[in-house]
Order: sequence, then structure tokens, then C-alpha cells
Amino acid sequence: MSATPAGIPGPATDIVIDVQGLTKSFGGRTVVRNLSMQVHRSLIYGFLGPNGSGKTTTLRMLCGLLTPDGGSGTCLGYDIRTQSSEIKRHVGYMTQRFSLYADLSIRENLEFVARVHNIADPRAAAWDAIRRLGLENRAEQLAGELSGGWKQRLALGACILPGPRLLLLDEPTAGVDPKARRDFWDEIHALAYEGITVLVSTHYMDEAERCHEIAYIAYGDLLMQGSVEEVIANAHLATYTVTGPGLADLAEHLKTLSGIDMVAPFGTALHVSGRDPDALDTATRDLRKSGPQVWTPGHASLEDVFIDLMSRTKDNFA
Amino acid sequence: MSAGPVIERRTQGLRASMGRIYATFIKELLQLRRDRITFATMIVIPLFQLFLFGYAINTDPKHLPTAVLIQDESAFARSFLAAMRVSEYFDIRTSATTEAELDHLILSGRVQFGVQIPAHFGRDLIRGERPSVLVIADASDPVATGGAVSALQGLSSSVFSRELTGPVADLAPKALPYELRIHRRYNPTGETRLNIVPGLMGTILTLTMLIFTALSVTREVERGTMESLLAMPIRPVEIMLGKIAPYLAIGGLQAGLILGAAKLLFGVPIIGSLVLLVALTLLFILANLSVGYTFSTIATSQLQAMQMSFFFFLPNILLSGFMFPFRGMPGWAQAIGEILPLTHYLRIVRGIMLKGAGFVDLQADVLALAAFTLAAMTVAVLRFRQTLD
Repeated sequence: MSATPAGIPGPATDIVIDVQGLTKSFGGRTVVRNLSMQVHRSLIYGFLGPNGSGKTTTLRMLCGLLTPDGGSGTCLGYDIRTQSSEIKRHVGYMTQRFSLYADLSIRENLEFVARVHNIADPRAAAWDAIRRLGLENRAEQLAGELSGGWKQRLALGACILPGPRLLLLDEPTAGVDPKARRDFWDEIHALAYEGITVLVSTHYMDEAERCHEIAYIAYGDLLMQGSVEEVIANAHLATYTVTGPGLADLAEHLKTLSGIDMVAPFGTALHVSGRDPDALDTATRDLRKSGPQVWTPGHASLEDVFIDLMSRTKDNFA
Repeated sequence: MSAGPVIERRTQGLRASMGRIYATFIKELLQLRRDRITFATMIVIPLFQLFLFGYAINTDPKHLPTAVLIQDESAFARSFLAAMRVSEYFDIRTSATTEAELDHLILSGRVQFGVQIPAHFGRDLIRGERPSVLVIADASDPVATGGAVSALQGLSSSVFSRELTGPVADLAPKALPYELRIHRRYNPTGETRLNIVPGLMGTILTLTMLIFTALSVTREVERGTMESLLAMPIRPVEIMLGKIAPYLAIGGLQAGLILGAAKLLFGVPIIGSLVLLVALTLLFILANLSVGYTFSTIATSQLQAMQMSFFFFLPNILLSGFMFPFRGMPGWAQAIGEILPLTHYLRIVRGIMLKGAGFVDLQADVLALAAFTLAAMTVAVLRFRQTLD
């Protein structure tokens, strides 16, 4: 995929991002605190967390757009503090806001990217990308006139045009319809299959579940990381799924009980979770017996875990 | 879609750097082409300003109000006044009866010229005593009076050819039979009309070049394209040169338009070397582009960049010698003027066009312009924030 010797065998070269203790603050407010993470090659690594949790700041530190106040690390083996120009050469960074030139055509935008990367034949490279995107008959259309979904696909196309080894995608599917989102994720999986590592931040749970590994960051702290199963298991969240009549009243009642940490409606069901399984059982024993609702012991979903994490961190930081 | 084939490339060295500058150059040119209004402005503004200034500042006005004080009733006096009228420069409106009245008419600005023909003018003339005609010119606006004064000097040699016949004919062929005393009041230097159009060239280029680059970086920030531009492997100096280059070409085009109009419409000569003029004009354009670009790296919005440009434009107009004679300014103003690129360019453009100056004559100003450009570019590259910190 790249002209540089990336295929050196052995576990040591398998780590694409390796940072320790990254810290960044703006005007006295700490946005990222003591963040350490490792991302392995060819993985799709999901970066989750509420708004303002430091996801964008972390991505920017990784590609050299921000200098960390503390901590150190490497990205693709290059020091994030001193070798940002090397990093920029091999990393495709897709910003949250549409960052192509709205007053240039699709072809012109892609040619610009190709030229900046010193690709020998920028016109051919741009046309390759246009064909991959399936935009042959719209190549001369201004980028600003595209729909939201196409803008995102074009931005991704521009990111991968120079053949990066790592993609940093900052909420790439925000405001995009479900079909376009699915297409977008299919592309990301195809890229990972080809050996590109992808670090993607998102708000969507279904997208998180499409990642090989996820990390949860809130208010500057990295709270959890691992595969989806690991994260759910590590949360130790006991959950009941409740179905039947009068769920709304039941939910209000449950929220007042101790031992219950989270009550969330899911369609016609209610998820009731607690961090201490015994306390949860004790608190709900009478209700489970009396009915009229049906209580089934279930597994916490990723969303249950995240909402629980979010409410816990709010308690700590609000 | 797939990541595509392995793409060979060289990313180090001068050629690679030139390639990235070229990338930015093409991008800017394309954006410029799309932006019809800006593009039209670039062509229209210089011509518009030139016509406006060039014709509004009429360098050779005629029919200037004139007052006369005639203390001699001879035919010579009448002939002199008639000749003045015929020249079309003088509109003799008022007759004064005393010198004090004539002074007052000038001072109050009601007339531009006062002509005093003293008593016994005709008698003294015939006696060969070379009497003097006093012409008082309100030269507070030297451009306004310059043409009229030179016309006056031209008519004086032939004015009395009719009277000086017969017994007094021997007075005619010699120098002037009378003395023409011209007092240029309020401004003894009397700048010439040709100053204006070359000066306009410098002023127009300053304004347009400044604004175009002043907006270039702030526009990327405001449109949200800066973040991904910074994330690409391109150096600040490469971005700067790529962004400046298209405007250098456009500045050259503007200068060509102005020079053409100056020659064809205003009859300003180009006595010196045209090649030298073009080369140094490009240097001057580069200087202004660099200043604009520097503002662009400091300002946080396009509006701020505009304000900074006008803030810079004002002293350029006032202290460069465009509006007021440079040597007439106080020392501190001259010191500020010496820092401004327009000051040096005015000397260059006037020197080449009007005086036929060569490179050797102008090298101090060329050096100053080059030093200014280099300083502005250095500041711009240092100021350009490569990170979002």
C-alpha cells in the first residue's frame, strides 16, 4: 500500500499509534488528561465520547496539528512532537467540517491533494480516485454543490488518494443519512482489509459496534478501551429487559430505587441496569414477582454501558 | 473503493517543493477564476481609479479666475490683457483698484491669479527700461497654476509685436522688452502635472495587491479549509509563495493597463527603460503582496484583514510623496515615509518615466524595496501558525 517498508514482520512494528500520558489544555481548562493508547495495524479503532470530551483534540495531537502539553508517543513510528512533517505525509486526516474547497470542482480538489503530495501524475491520480468514488460524470461539478453524504465520501476519497497508512476520521458520518453511513462504513472496512489503520471518532452506537476496538473518552479521560465484548464485560453491568404494560410509570418508579443505576427505554422494552448485581436483584425482587411486566435477565448493550459511563463521569465532573 | 496502487513520489528537495508551490498556485488561480466579482474588480478597479483620479485631477485646468490691477492706460497694457485672454488660461473677472484689494482677492481664493501692470508701463517700455509686470499666482495648488504660468511665459515674447513697429521696432527682436515677475505664493517648488499619473500607478497597485493577499489566509480559516491544509505535507513558505504567485501575474496585468492608459490617455512619457520599469514594478507588487499576506497571517477574520490593509494604505498615500511633496514633509514624517514601499516606488516610477533614470540611479530605492519585501515575507512565514495551538 505504501512505498515505505511497512511490512517488517514482528509484533513491534504492528503498533501504529503508541502514546503515553498525552495532556492538553486550552486557557487553563484541561481538554485531554493523561491519555495513553495503543492502536494496532489494520484495525478500525473507534473513539467514543460525549461532545467536548477531547476526541478532536486527541486526533489533532496525533497528526501534529496540536502540540501536547505533556506526554509523548509515536504515530507510524514517528515522534508526534518532532516529526509531524513525516506524519503528515503518511496520515490521512478527515476533519469534522467539510474541508475541501467548495469553489473547486471534484477533479480540481483531488488534483490539488495529489500535487501537494508530489504525486507524479496528479491528473491520473485524481481520475483514479474519481473512478473509485463512482463520480465519473460529476467530476467537473463544484464540491460545494454535493449532498452531505457525497461530500463525506469525497473527503474520504481525498484522504486516501495519497495512499496513507493511517486514517484519522473525526466524526465522518455526522449528519449523513443511514444508507450513506452504511456505504461509508463498508469503505472503511475495505480499507482496513487492505492494511490501512483507521482511528474514527463517532457518536453512533451502531458504528461503535462496527469497530474492532473501541475507546471511551469523557471530559479528557480515557475511561475504557478494548473490543466491544471486553468493554461490555468490563463494565460489570447487570441488566434486566422488561416488557409489558405501564413501562413509563414503572421507569419513573425504578429511578427512585437504590441499587438501580440506569433505566432506559428501548422501543417497547425497558433496560434496567445496576453495577452491583445483588443490589439490583434486591431492589427489583418485589416488582419482578408481582408483575404485570415480564422481567428477563439480559445482557447490557454497548449503549447501556456508555450511558452508564456518561452519567458516572457527569457525577464526577459536573 | 480501494486505497489504490502504490504511488511513487519524491517529497524532498527543491523540485518537490516547487511542485507543492505549483499545487497552491493552480488552486488559487482556479478559485480566482470562479470568483467572478473579485476577478472583475481586479481589472476594473485600476482603470476606474485611473480615470476617476486622472480626469478629476485635471492637470492642466484653463479659464482660471484672474483679477487685474491696471495702473497704466497705454495700448501695451491692453494688448497684454488681450493676449492673456486669448491663451484661454485666464478668465479676467475682476478689476482691482489697489494693491491691497488685489492681495485680498488672492488670499480669499476668489481668484487664482492677480496681474498688476504698474504705472508708466507703456512709457517705460518704449524707453527701454524693462518695466515689470507682476503676476501673482496662488500656487497653493501648484498643479493648477503650473500650466497657466508656463502659458504666460510663452505669450510674453510675442505679445507686443503689433505695437512695437516703426520707430520702436528695434525693441522687438531682443530678449523681453519688459520683465515678467512671477511670484508663486504658498508653494515655491511647484510640482508638475506628470507627477500624478505615475503616482497613481503606485497607489492603485498598493491598494489592490494589499487587499487580495490580505484575505487569502483568513479566507481559508473562515471557510474551514485551513485545518486540512495544515494536515497536509506542505510548508508555510510553500503555501505563501503559491498564494502570492497568481497575484503577481495579475498585478503585472494591472500595471500594464495603467501604463497603457497613462501613455495613450494622459500622454505621460516613458523616457527611461520600459524593461527596468516593468521589473521594478513587479518588485513593488511583490512587496505589497507580502505585506498583505503578513496581515493575513495576523488577522483572525477577513474583516480584520481589510481594516489592517486600510490602516497601512493611509500612510502610504499621505507620507509617500504622492499627495504632498516628500521634501516638504517634516523630518518624522519623512522617516516614516522611508519605511513605506510606495515612497521608494514613486521615486522609481517618476525617475524612470519622467527623468529617464537608470538602475544605478535608483539602486538605493530598489534595495529598500527588496529589503522590505524580504522582511515582510519573513514575518509572514514566522507568523504563519503551522499548528492549531
